[in-house]
Amino acid sequence: MIIQHPDLGPRDSSEFVYKGDAELLFRPKRTENTDQKIFHDYLYLRNNPAGKHCELWYHEYGDRSWLVVTRDTTNHEILKVEHVEDYIKSYKAK
Amino acid sequence: MYRTKTGGLINRKKVLNFSFNGKNLKGLEGDTLSSALLGNGIHLVGRSFKYHRPRGIFTSGSEEPSALVQLDEKKFTEPNIRATTVKLFDGLVANSQNHFGSLSWDFMRINDYLSNFLSAGFYYKTFMWPKAFWEKVYEPIIRNAAGLGKLSKEPDPSIYDKGFLHCDLLVIGAGPSGLYSALIAARTGAKVIIVDEDFTLGGSLNGEKLEINGGLCTDWLGTILSELTSFKNVRLMPKTTLYGSFDHGIYGALEIRNYNSRDNLKKPRHILWKIYSKFSVLCTGALERSILFENNDLPGIMLSKSMRHYCNRWGVIPGQHISIYTNNDDGWETAKDLKEAGCNVICIIDQRPDINPPIKNIDYVLGRKIAKAYGNLRISSIKLDNGKIIKTDCLAVSGGFNPNLHLTCHQRGRPKWDELNHCFIPNNPPKNMSVIGAANGIFNYQDIFKDSKIKLTKILQNLGHKKVSIEEVKISNRVYKVSPFPKNIPEGKVWVDLQNDVTVKDIKLAVHEGFHSVELLKRYTTLGMATDQGKNSNVLGLSILSVIKNKPMDEVGTTIFRPPFTPVPIGAFAGRSRGKHFKPFRLTPSHNWAKSNNAVFVEAGNWLRAQWFPLKGEKTWRESVDREVIQTRTNVGICDVTTLGKIDIKGKDAGAFLNFVYANNFGKLPIGKVRYGLMLRDDGIAFDDGTTARFSENHFVMTTTTANAVTVFRHLEFCKQCLNPDWDVHLISTTDHWAQFAVAGPKSRKLLQEICDPKIDISNDKFPFMACGEINVLKGIPARLFRISFSGELAYEIAIPRRYADFFIKEISEIGKKYNLVPYGTEALGVMRIEKGHAAGNELNGQTTANNLGLGKMVSKLNDCIGNTMSEREELNKENTLKLVGFIPTNKNQSLVAGSHFIEKGQTENLENDQGWMSSVAFSPMLKHSIGLGYIIRGNQRYGEKVHAVNPLRKEIIEVEIHSPHFYDPEGELLRG
Repeated sequence: MIIQHPDLGPRDSSEFVYKGDAELLFRPKRTENTDQKIFHDYLYLRNNPAGKHCELWYHEYGDRSWLVVTRDTTNHEILKVEHVEDYIKSYKAK
Repeated sequence: MYRTKTGGLINRKKVLNFSFNGKNLKGLEGDTLSSALLGNGIHLVGRSFKYHRPRGIFTSGSEEPSALVQLDEKKFTEPNIRATTVKLFDGLVANSQNHFGSLSWDFMRINDYLSNFLSAGFYYKTFMWPKAFWEKVYEPIIRNAAGLGKLSKEPDPSIYDKGFLHCDLLVIGAGPSGLYSALIAARTGAKVIIVDEDFTLGGSLNGEKLEINGGLCTDWLGTILSELTSFKNVRLMPKTTLYGSFDHGIYGALEIRNYNSRDNLKKPRHILWKIYSKFSVLCTGALERSILFENNDLPGIMLSKSMRHYCNRWGVIPGQHISIYTNNDDGWETAKDLKEAGCNVICIIDQRPDINPPIKNIDYVLGRKIAKAYGNLRISSIKLDNGKIIKTDCLAVSGGFNPNLHLTCHQRGRPKWDELNHCFIPNNPPKNMSVIGAANGIFNYQDIFKDSKIKLTKILQNLGHKKVSIEEVKISNRVYKVSPFPKNIPEGKVWVDLQNDVTVKDIKLAVHEGFHSVELLKRYTTLGMATDQGKNSNVLGLSILSVIKNKPMDEVGTTIFRPPFTPVPIGAFAGRSRGKHFKPFRLTPSHNWAKSNNAVFVEAGNWLRAQWFPLKGEKTWRESVDREVIQTRTNVGICDVTTLGKIDIKGKDAGAFLNFVYANNFGKLPIGKVRYGLMLRDDGIAFDDGTTARFSENHFVMTTTTANAVTVFRHLEFCKQCLNPDWDVHLISTTDHWAQFAVAGPKSRKLLQEICDPKIDISNDKFPFMACGEINVLKGIPARLFRISFSGELAYEIAIPRRYADFFIKEISEIGKKYNLVPYGTEALGVMRIEKGHAAGNELNGQTTANNLGLGKMVSKLNDCIGNTMSEREELNKENTLKLVGFIPTNKNQSLVAGSHFIEKGQTENLENDQGWMSSVAFSPMLKHSIGLGYIIRGNQRYGEKVHAVNPLRKEIIEVEIHSPHFYDPEGELLRG
């Protein structure tokens, strides 16, 4: 696969390390009476759709940036590649 | 008389010597191995996979199912090589495969007479009972009989390489449509790559007698190739098979540099290319299919177009009494060309009753089928369905054409059935791929050129290239009309898949037994498996399935084609990554010094580390390791620990960041101090441990374990960029920039005082346990000093810029002589950490928690850190949870074994009674007996209790006493001294 890095242009996917569902960005914060269930859901209930999926890729053999790649899991078409910060901003704006 | 007098793309003046089954033969330059064999009148070249039936050369291309040979001998040998794809070279040695006895008298032919018992799925039915027979009786027999060729079992002497190419347009196949498309693209200035599996570019033009623009098609081919060669933006790649189509315009290709594996041993024999393209055109043509009748697998039976090409391209006369069996117009082209070349064509049988024969000067039978072929090692006659017998020694068969569309399916494209030409055609090829010509189901040459021009103009325009002029091509017209598949199923031994010996009967049986879907049918009968992947057989098999199930072909569907298109040698995938280059290795900064000190090295991840340093006279590794431990513990030792991951952490929020990533508190770590840190995963399982030193308010230096250096850094970047993007934290890996040495033992301080800048006070008061500081050593080398101890001794770790490391280790060893300084390796390091009860990789195995490790109290209860919430899960904190403790054998002469499981004395050794396992063991030279660390239920409350350490692999049970994990200096007085 080729991933269009927002700063570095087209890069081969072998330069990246895959992590998974971009929902991992939204880790709950522990407070005084945190329910373990929130952490359970965060850790174990990941989205795994057949189709459009926002996922985390780390450009390990490159600039070390964590990116959010929007990929169609049925045909590997890459619809969007963003820096994590930009993704979080637009996610929160929604 | 097996060759014509003239014609063809062979050099009749250049004779090449080769041998087949020990017999010396002669071929010509330009031959393939198969054309050279046929040129010697040899049709019988192998035995079939299951029934050991005699098989001949069936095709002239890479789809060949039968003519698989063992090429070359000894370490150069290669099995299952398709004779149709090897360019003949002088001295070639080939042997037939898969027979016990000679090729013409194969003992295993008996399988053919037993075929009633060896039908589809016989493995699953026959070898079921008795159970114990499987390993001892059935498997050895099957293994002996299975497979075709043999491996040399020696290292491959050839070199393989890998390469990367980029282009605007990738043209796959250099036949008429491919070359024409390439020419159009080349003239626009686009960067073009043309690949073709053949060693001569031209595709079908090499084997056809067509007229182009009023001249020979080979003349036109010559003009096109010379123009293409003149372009700097074009790369022509013959001998290159495109084996796979991958995502985003990436393709895999195998280029054969040497057909002879003994040529140029110092240069790569094959190159595996990864080609990045903006767009690709698939111009792979079509593959002929056979017709089903009894004994349709006899040597001497060959596909019609292949036979025509053998005659036209290689001047081969395939038989003395040739007959042709067809259901389409292409069979007549073969008749015409063979006759023109002077072959004796005795008859053409066309299944179609109502056609107007295109040539008249030939005996023909219309509207008939062949019922059966006869012959022993070669066809001798055929019987028609009206009972008529025709004597023939060679039969060309044409059952129509299948577009060669495999590469359109590698990304799940599914072809659709074309009712006009009775074949599957591409339906949804990958994005940025266009299919042109016969590969797209267009069988008329004139239309193929038109198709190329229209599509290329559009593709190039979309890629942003200018329009260029291209001359029209006038080519002789050929009609292609094919009859549909018959609605009845032929009886007798009728071969669908020649390579896997799948018959019509097998397919019937499979469906009868419930394997209706094509995918199940494939697995149950092996139809379409192995080196040819059913290029001839698949559609024939589907036609039978369609009749049995009474469903149209479209509904029957096809199996999914996957890469590789044709076999790719494992050596090509490995490339240069073999032997010591299997993976990259990293050398520690003291490697050369260690080597000159006789070190034995061990692989630790990618690192090569000194394992121990044997002295003259030491006979076993234990002698060396024991000496290194004792000398370190009585005097002083030095060990290269550069391999630990080192991460520089800076920024206003660095303290908060460490608090977040470590389970224990770091925010209040004073400047000039080091602290042990335990990292958890967010699910509460222990991830890694190490130390972190604070050099200033906003500057920390972290160490990780060697094994997790990369993953911890990745995790920290995740914690920073993804979980705390607003924090001011900067990370950089400095593992390779700082050389680090552990200096341990009672005399370590005295030794370091000698090399430190005299202005720096490292006395116990000024530089106590867990102190750190930036100093300089050996007259000005900047260094970082940490008073930390993995060995349990008074110990330091000193880091210096890597470039000084070789000088440093030489200097300190010289100065250290008066303190009896000893270099120690990873074994002594391991022994000392086990003596101290420190956890390492064996204990942090991805299943254990801080609680298991006995570090539960360290985990922060207050702030939010990675893993603390989930580490509080009830299940992980049960009363009878595992605890890391030490073990001593009751009989001190016994050696403990890592991996042993603990069972209560008197209980049966089974999983139910399992109480934990031994994770690390060592012989303690200080205690003079074996010691171990391990996890056992409630271990910390059971000191003194005796249990069994059971090792079922060696059927060994050792009684052990549960002990504190701290065997040596349990109070830790030494390291604080």
